[in-house]
Amino acid sequence: MSKTINLTLKVWRQSGPNDKGGFETYSLQNVSTRMSFLEMLDVLNQQLIAEGKRPVEFEHDCREGICGACSLVINGRPHGPNYRTTTCQLHMRHFKDGETIYIEPFRADAFPVVKDLIVDRSAFDRIMAAGGYISVNTGSPQDANNIPVPKPKADKAFDAAECIGCGACVAACPNASAMLFVAAKVSHLSLLPQGEPERERRVRRMIEAMDAEGFGHCTNTGACSIECPKAIPQEFINRLNREFLRASFITEITDD
Amino acid sequence: MIKFREGTPITESAVPPGPMDRKWVDYRSKCRLVSPANKQRLTVIVVGAGLAGASAAATLAQLGYNVKVFVYHDSPRRAHSIAAQGGINAAKNYQGDGDSIYRLFYDTIKGGDYRSREANVWRLAEVSANIIDQSVALGVPFAREYGGLLANRSFGGVQVQRTFYARGQTGQQLLLGAYSAMMRWVDRKKIEYFPYHEMLDVVLIDGKARGVIVRNLLTGELKRYSGHAVVLATGGYSNVFYLSTNAMNSNVTAAWRAHKRGAYFANPAFTQIHPTCLPAEGKYQSKLTLMSESLRNDGRVWVPKEEADVERVRSGRIKPADIPEEKRDYFLERMYPAFGNLVPRDVAARAIKKMCDAGFSVIPEGDAVFLDFKDAIARLGRDVIDQRYGNLFEMYEKITGESPWDTPMKIYPAPHYTMGGLWVDYKLQTNVPGLFAIGECNFSDHGANRLGASALMQGLADGYFVLPYTIGDYLADEIRTPLPDTQAPAFDQAEKEVRSLMEKIYQIGGNTSVDELHRTFGRIMWDYCGISRTAEGLQKAYGMVCDIEERFWKDVKVPGKLDEKNSELEKAQRLLDFIQLGKLMIIDAFHRNESCGGHFREEYQTPEGEPLRNDEEYAYAAAWEYTGTDEPVLHKEPLQFEVVKPSVRSYK
Ligand SMILES: Cc1cc2nc3c(=O)[nH]c(=O)nc-3n(C[C@H](O)[C@H](O)[C@H](O)COP(=O)(O)OP(=O)(O)OC[C@H]3O[C@@H](n4cnc5c(N)ncnc54)[C@H](O)[C@@H]3O)c2cc1C
Ligand code: SF4
Ligand code: FES
Repeated sequence: MSKTINLTLKVWRQSGPNDKGGFETYSLQNVSTRMSFLEMLDVLNQQLIAEGKRPVEFEHDCREGICGACSLVINGRPHGPNYRTTTCQLHMRHFKDGETIYIEPFRADAFPVVKDLIVDRSAFDRIMAAGGYISVNTGSPQDANNIPVPKPKADKAFDAAECIGCGACVAACPNASAMLFVAAKVSHLSLLPQGEPERERRVRRMIEAMDAEGFGHCTNTGACSIECPKAIPQEFINRLNREFLRASFITEITDD
Repeated sequence: MIKFREGTPITESAVPPGPMDRKWVDYRSKCRLVSPANKQRLTVIVVGAGLAGASAAATLAQLGYNVKVFVYHDSPRRAHSIAAQGGINAAKNYQGDGDSIYRLFYDTIKGGDYRSREANVWRLAEVSANIIDQSVALGVPFAREYGGLLANRSFGGVQVQRTFYARGQTGQQLLLGAYSAMMRWVDRKKIEYFPYHEMLDVVLIDGKARGVIVRNLLTGELKRYSGHAVVLATGGYSNVFYLSTNAMNSNVTAAWRAHKRGAYFANPAFTQIHPTCLPAEGKYQSKLTLMSESLRNDGRVWVPKEEADVERVRSGRIKPADIPEEKRDYFLERMYPAFGNLVPRDVAARAIKKMCDAGFSVIPEGDAVFLDFKDAIARLGRDVIDQRYGNLFEMYEKITGESPWDTPMKIYPAPHYTMGGLWVDYKLQTNVPGLFAIGECNFSDHGANRLGASALMQGLADGYFVLPYTIGDYLADEIRTPLPDTQAPAFDQAEKEVRSLMEKIYQIGGNTSVDELHRTFGRIMWDYCGISRTAEGLQKAYGMVCDIEERFWKDVKVPGKLDEKNSELEKAQRLLDFIQLGKLMIIDAFHRNESCGGHFREEYQTPEGEPLRNDEEYAYAAAWEYTGTDEPVLHKEPLQFEVVKPSVRSYK
């Protein structure tokens, strides 16, 4: 049943990329425990607008845990306290009356703050452009059922393909490494027969792009998988390392 | 007061001659082509990178055009297409259950209640199989059987298994496929993409679309880009209702601004209410979450038969499971024995509303019915159900705190999809030369009601397989046109108008927040122009929406600055366009004196409460022309049925 709670919010405010930024404190009364976390922020923003203040900017869109737009570090944890849950799917019933909640943007050098809680995650798109695809033209590909994929393999590829590109793994990592994201993307395609022809080139180029963006190195802390809202497992990082090693043994014959 | 004028009918929709099953093949073999050398001199602007936009951009770039892609998202991968859950249709007949191009065509025409253009729908069915091949080649991990081949399931409104799916995230997987195809061309510099850029106007020179005015959402800067053609792939407008299943930022601005520049807007009143969504709760509610239609394959919809049980279940004194079988009313199975729980969306939505209006809602405040998996779990076992719906169950539990394993879901219909949109001809070109519209933002294929799993199909058909041919036919005449100069007077004028509208909104300085006004407006649209409509209600609503528009200009409040990331300013501009669209939706719903598909006018129903079409007078698409006054002009495009004879749509 629905009840209400009162909260103190410490929200990171930063007017732009060059501003230093800092926490502001707000108090919010009568928050229904049935609200989602982002609806709670909507209510805060309505309150700020009514007071003639600038509302808090945050990213969001689908509000169903699939677009990867929402982010936020809530009480020190990317996407908040719940396992396998994006911020937009987090509900206020998981918070206590009288609680103080800290809300910050994802922090990583490769994800500069745009404003308040919004960070620039375009580095992920650039990594994808470097090789996160199968080069096939639109036209007349062969019949889909001419490429059977054993179910266990297809399922594994799918487990990797579930990544929503939110960047929580980077925010969770003490080194701000993007390995889990890249691992998910590389594994998805390299596990499928369709991805085979570009297997080496893909992993090489994506790792190269990742390094160029200034993400940190992976020291296997495992924090990424724990905070990942899709629980992308560590084994994909092992797979990525193997793929990379394998690729460096295979001489490239042609590359474009 | 509702006013409109009737203009000249539309006689030219560019449908090629010849028998239905030859039209597209013949068109493709005969349409004009642009040589590779000339393609390199041509630039195409694509607005939007959902399934339609991303697939079009990738394919156009591959053909050799220079492509510029604009999205308001921070990344093309976040387009609203990402949220599609259930699946995508294709006439593959992998299950050998009698599917064919004809059957998919027929189901779509019938599902759309005979209000779509036959030739477009045939083409859609014809290319559907290629979409699956293309997507699999791109690495889309569709569900597979143990033998390694692709799996299918059935969706509402049809009797064959033709839906391909990828767990509960078909949209995400298909979009990642199209997005990766697009990023490949970004890497090769054939596509330049602009995230965080919102299109606010189309620029016309000598009557042809030649460019766009966009706003950089991070800096507020207005910018001009020119091209030889402009493609809008900007999605649907269900957020006109405020609460819908669409992503929060989905809006009509691109299509509406194009409409204001002369593009006709067709069938705006044809909106789809999805039967199975989470019910609305409090005033803070920001969106309605969809529970995939696929759940109706195994879930059974019911309410208690007796009012006493309704009372007890509402107050929590008994659990749904305590109500014995004989005291449950599985009303869809009762009313529609042939299709049962799998009737099309509009039919299911109305039946659910009817039960709730009759007092059988199972929740204390608001409306909801049960969607129950008890029998399916008993019949198929937990593993099978988990495979099919595990993630949907999890999503439901995350939001509501209740587990569908233990107790039935509570669901209610919500605005979900818009069949109406920019009018386009067979070539997907609007009546403005050089301006194309693809995906949900056009009106083309779904008539008065869309079948489940057909929007993904249409978006990708348009983007991968149709537009790349038809746009060539237009561009063949443009090979000598230099890239339009963005300093041309038309660009100056358009930018000036965009700026002054934005500044005017910014300066209102009232007391009502954008969301508050949108919520009030959306409620009016839902109450009077939602699941069911009456002439009287629509007239009343029209007055109310005019008041909302006035209130907007007096009382809206936009904090922050113009030259920075300012979500309130973005929302305010979109709201104004929604309000103006709302007026047109009401006019359209009012003028169509019949019931068809998602458009249910209470005055026009059979004694059993089924929609009553009027083919004699309304077998046309209503394409509205903007006049700048409160009196739009109606252009009728008559619909001819050569292949299927319109009949009463029955799912009994
Ligand atoms: C929850 C949900 C589930 C669904 N499930 C299914 C399903 O199972 N099967 C099915 O077939 N269909 C489903 N649908 C419908 C289907 O997802 C959509 O109709 C389809 O994805 C629309 O694709 P699109 O490419 O036309 O537009 P969208 O994916 O909405 O993309 C719009 C694009 O346009 C851009 N844009 C818009 N306006 C502007 C502007 N002014 N300036 C710049 N960029 C702009 C956006 O940034 C975005 O990139 C579902 C819909 C919802 C809401
Ligand atoms: S791996 Fe997980 S945390 Fe990282 S981007 Fe993908 S979904 Fe987000
Ligand atoms: S808003 Fe889309 S994942 Fe959270």
